[in-house]
Amino acid sequence: MLIDLANFTPGLSLAGGLIIGAAAAVLVLFNGRIAGISGILGGLLSLPRADMAWRVTFLIGLVGAPVIASLLGQPAVADIQASWGQILVAGFLVGLGTRYASGCTSGHGVCGISRGSVRSLVATLTFMAAGFLTVFVQRHVIGG
Amino acid sequence: MTAITALLAGLLFGVGLMVSGMANPAKVLGFLDLAGTWDPSLAFVMVGAIAVGTLAFIVARRRKRSFLGLPVQLPASTTVTLRLVLGSAAFGIGWGLAGFCPGPALVALGAGYPKAVGFVAAMMAGMLAFEVLERAKSSLQRA
Repeated sequence: MLIDLANFTPGLSLAGGLIIGAAAAVLVLFNGRIAGISGILGGLLSLPRADMAWRVTFLIGLVGAPVIASLLGQPAVADIQASWGQILVAGFLVGLGTRYASGCTSGHGVCGISRGSVRSLVATLTFMAAGFLTVFVQRHVIGG
Repeated sequence: MTAITALLAGLLFGVGLMVSGMANPAKVLGFLDLAGTWDPSLAFVMVGAIAVGTLAFIVARRRKRSFLGLPVQLPASTTVTLRLVLGSAAFGIGWGLAGFCPGPALVALGAGYPKAVGFVAAMMAGMLAFEVLERAKSSLQRA
């Protein structure tokens, strides 16, 4: 295995992780809710619609963060290599899959593992394995 | 007040995703590409987030009410089900195809990337498909 030292950012990534953990802490300690993005967004699409306000303001904060960063001269960089077709298929799978799994990287990967949930550990190992496999097939089998 | 703390949590979450590099699909795919030149950075994101999260949930679990007096709502389910595993697998395939999971996609949408807008639209279509399928299933069970 070769380590990509040119792009390796352990310090920034750890700092970002601590901030993400702090966000989850604020939401559970003040609002009593799990910071799971797919659940917060998906809850807006399900009926009956309950407790809309905190979901909407959380999402405004999440989407607004890069807007503020851009105004401060630190625009978020997203290098998107996927084609439009891949983007649309991937988005649909992520939406459908996270709702059936009751969580994504944040709800299961961060909050669930922090709670010591076996379900979330299984979910996290499964989506990570599927992610590793998908990239392997795409880059080294099809693209190789 | 609860809307304000949720707004703050969302802002912090977005800042964390940007600082960590997770908002950039190329970096996420660099982490998922074990067989290429591997970028282990995102493991550090998880370590940092879980370290703070663990402390927060130790406090949260001991309380029935949040600091604002709201009920602390933690998931009650403890069984590993087929839908959990298959749903996670479908999510992982989508994550590997695009390099986006839900949070980073919303951050990239806020940053104005057209493909992130397309991804979020498709993601919400997938979530709506789930709602429709679940409602069809429950009406079949009632009939």
